[in-house]
This record gives sequence, C-alpha cells and structure tokens, in this order.
Amino acid sequence: MTADFDAKALSLVGLTKWFGSRCPSCSSGGDGVLEKNYCPECGTVYALRDLSLTLYEGEVLGVVGESGSGKSTILNCLYYDMEPSSGAAYLSSFEGGAVDIFSVSAQARRAIRNSLLGKVYQNPLQGLKMRFSSISNVAEKLIAAGQRNVGAMEARAVGLLGHVNIPSVRMREAPEFFSGGMQQRVQIAKALSNNPPILLLDEVTTGLDLSVQAKVLDLVKRIQRELGISMLLVSHDLGVVRMLADRTVVMLNGEVVEEGLTDQILEDPQEPYTQELVHSML
Amino acid sequence: MSVKSLYNFAFFDEGSKREVRRAILKAVAIPGYQVPFASREMPIARGWGTGGLQLTLSLVGRDDVLKVIDQGADESVNAVSIKRLVTGTTGIRATDDAREATIIQSRHRIPELPLARGQILVLQVPMPEPLRFVEPSEYATKRLHAEKEYSGAYLALFEEIMKYGRVATGADHPVAVNDRYVMAPSPIPRFDNPKMDRSRALILLGAGREKKIYAVPPFTKVASLDFEDHPFEVESVEGRKCRKCGAEGAFMDEIVDDASGAAEYQCNDTSFCSARAGARAGAVDAARAP
Repeated sequence: MTADFDAKALSLVGLTKWFGSRCPSCSSGGDGVLEKNYCPECGTVYALRDLSLTLYEGEVLGVVGESGSGKSTILNCLYYDMEPSSGAAYLSSFEGGAVDIFSVSAQARRAIRNSLLGKVYQNPLQGLKMRFSSISNVAEKLIAAGQRNVGAMEARAVGLLGHVNIPSVRMREAPEFFSGGMQQRVQIAKALSNNPPILLLDEVTTGLDLSVQAKVLDLVKRIQRELGISMLLVSHDLGVVRMLADRTVVMLNGEVVEEGLTDQILEDPQEPYTQELVHSML
Repeated sequence: MSVKSLYNFAFFDEGSKREVRRAILKAVAIPGYQVPFASREMPIARGWGTGGLQLTLSLVGRDDVLKVIDQGADESVNAVSIKRLVTGTTGIRATDDAREATIIQSRHRIPELPLARGQILVLQVPMPEPLRFVEPSEYATKRLHAEKEYSGAYLALFEEIMKYGRVATGADHPVAVNDRYVMAPSPIPRFDNPKMDRSRALILLGAGREKKIYAVPPFTKVASLDFEDHPFEVESVEGRKCRKCGAEGAFMDEIVDDASGAAEYQCNDTSFCSARAGARAGAVDAARAP
C-alpha cells in the first residue's frame, strides 16, 4: 500500500478540555494565570489547551510528555470516550474531512468509532469484554458495524487473532484468562477488525515485561508496514516512540511544546522541557 | 368478613390503578419500549409475579374472566395464590380455559391455543432489559435503546454460537418489536416466540421488581434476533408425543422414569392437555388449527 504522505488523515483544531467551573481569570485562555494546567482561583484543570495536531496518511505520530500532560485526553476525546470542551477534529475518511466529528449525531459517532477508528487502551479492562471469548471481542466491532454473518465474522476474528499470535486453541477463551501481553494483543486484533484507517494507541506497552513489550512493538510495526494504517501513538516511554514514531510531538500542561521528526526531537531537543525529558532517559 | 369487603375493588386504590393504566397506554403506544412505573408494594414478594399482577389488577373489570398460568400449569401454588387474590378482591370468575378467559396472566409460557382478538395476555417479567447481560448500567442501556444500538444483544448470541456451536438461549430469546425496540419476551421458551408475532391478543409485560411495563399491541411484528447463517429456530418437539393426551407438536415437559431411566413426554400446557384428554379433544384440535 502506497501512502500519500502529504494527505492529512486526521486534523485536530483548537482542541480544549477542562474539568471544573472556570472563572473569568482563566477562561480567556489562562496564559499567565494557570499554575501548570491548574487555575489557582477556581480550581479548574485544563487537560488540553487549544491543541492542534495533524496526522498524515500512513505515518506514526508519537505523543510524549509527562503524566497529566493531556496525552490520553486527546485519544479519549477522539474515540468519544470523553466530550471535548471545545475544538474540532476532521477525519479524511469521514465526509472527505469536511465535517467536524464532534458536531455529528450519536449514530454517526458510533459509525466513526466502529468503522473509522480503532483504539488500544492502556488497560485491557477498558477495551475488552473480559468474560466474552476473544473471538467475540474481535467480532464485537464487526457486529456493531452491521455485520450479521457468523461464519464471516468468525473467520475474520480467527485470522486477526492468528495475526497477533494468539494460539488457535485459546481463541475461544475469554481474555480474563490471558496474560497481560495476550490481552493487549487481543485488543490490537479487535482494534484492527474493521480495517480502520486510523489506530489510536494509548501506552500499549506500559506494564508489560520487556520481552512481551518487544513482541507487541514488533506487531504494531508489522501492522503499520503491511496495512499502512496511520497511528497516533501516546507513550511516556521514549524508547517506544523512538522505535515506532516517524514524527513526535512533545506535550506539557495540555499544550504542544515541540514538534518534529522523532530523531530530531530525541537527538537535538530545542525546548528546555524536551531537553529535560530526553536527558531523563536511562 | 370476606376479603372483598376489606379491600377496594381489585385490591388497589383507584389512583394506583390509574397510574398503571397510564403506563400501559404509553407502552402500547411505543411497542417494545420499557415504560417505568411506580411498582406498588404487594401482598406477594417481588419476583413472584408482582409486575404481572399489577397489570392484571389495574385492568380487571366486573365482566372479566381470569386465567393464571405458572410455567404452563393452572394449578401450581403461585398461579392459585394469584388467582385467589384477584378473584377474592373482585368477585370475578377464574377459568382454566384459554379461550374463555379475557385476561390471561402467565409466567414463562404462552398458551398452546392461539389467542383471539379482545384477549389480553399478561406476562410476568423478571428481567426486562435485554441488554443487561452486556451492559450493567441502566443509564447506558437507556441510551443504547434510544440510539437503536443493539449490537450487545447480537454479541450475546454470537458468544453462544462460539461457545456451543448454536444459539443456546433456553428462554427469553430477545426479539425486535416493530423493527424498533429490542425487547426481552420474558422467560418463555423460544417455542413461544413466534406466537408473539402479529398476535391477535394484546400482550402486556410487567416487571414488578424492575418497575417496568412494556407491550406488544395486536398485529405487531415481532422478530426474534438471529444471524444470516444461524436463523432463529424454536426448540424441536419432533417425535415427542404427550403420554396423557397424545398431542404432538406442542411444547412438552420431559419426565424421566426413575426406575427405567426412560423419558416420557407430557404437554407443558396443562389446561390444553386435560381438555384434549377429555371429551373435547376434537374441538380443542379444531381450535388449534390455524
């Protein structure tokens, strides 16, 4: 699959998410008022502040930053797990990128979530139905997208689970009986079930031991190469980002502080925060 | 002093009956939609048919004839207690004959004889929410119904096919009503699901513990959920013959002889069976033919 690297797969425009009541001193943007991402007067927390990003076709965009910097909030908003306070997002695969995906109806949101996006959560508990068989977990997105043929869905699920190296004898087992690494791979299979053009990865390797981490990373890399899927990769692990991401944005307090090619960011960081982050790497 | 003189007609005060009737009207207007209602305290425990009983008590009039069935049987303790409460507080007559009754309150079965126009079938429901198995939150399931998002119900069936090679719902197989709301038909066997489709009688379903009333108005389309390559099937009763009345093609109870281990079958619907076993067998069969 050849990707047009100039075509935008996803753009976020002015995404803002706050938690709290807001007050006159912070609602105008908050520059100079906020302590980090927190308004000392009213206690409002700004998880994302007027954030704009572009993800191009076929690329892996790394999002790094300390915890609380707003990385996961981006994915939560995009996957409709959370409603953004303001801002817009455009998917090239939805209405040709002309319609803000936050402005559409609940039905359209479900269609986007089920067919145009796949998400792998940091915690498999959020992404999987732990008591349903792995095949059913993968089929869930297919059913949600309107498929009603058991044979076809089963074949697709078995194919995907094989792709992520779940042994065929265990495919009918529920993920609650799986190791963390296997659960993560089932999640990846589920996220891929409808061939989504965009995959959202939230700390996919956090909490996994090193050899399993390597396998999951290999898998993500292979999928990206074979299927040419655009990926938004959130991680606080710079090693993961170095291995997978073509470009990287560095976030701090809900804002992008630096953006560029991954190698550039890691070898020659410009901003003081990025320098600190890179130098903290073991 | 008789029970009748101690209580208002049909046990409830008029305001309570009116509230339940209002919920019924709304349920009939939106087929398959679960209407919340203020489930009353009853002289029987919740989970023993209080939903159905409240529907019956709110609807019953002096000219009604009541039939109560518990899992096919007219004479079980629960059916008898409910019958006595209603007849005792209204003075109306109870019957075993499904054709004679104007209100049929039932738990877990729809009578073998087809119901007629003007009759009301009241079903007792323990779990009115067909999506509860996949989504524990009521807040979430309400939204799923509003958005007609029923993949969870299909997922539960898909999971059964993955586990057992076929849809294995023993009872309460979910149905889509009027191509809109997915509904729990109460724990009737799959055998009874097709009887709901375009039923001539009004079907009301009441869940006392869960405080929900819903309905299938007469002649409404009711389709059991299935997949393209796994079409809905009722339990097979082929080769089973009632040991008492000789009926075939009716829903049967299996009775295993302890000594020989051999299985015998008997109609689950007792009034249908005893009517057939009696002199009226020919007439009963004639009524059953479509």
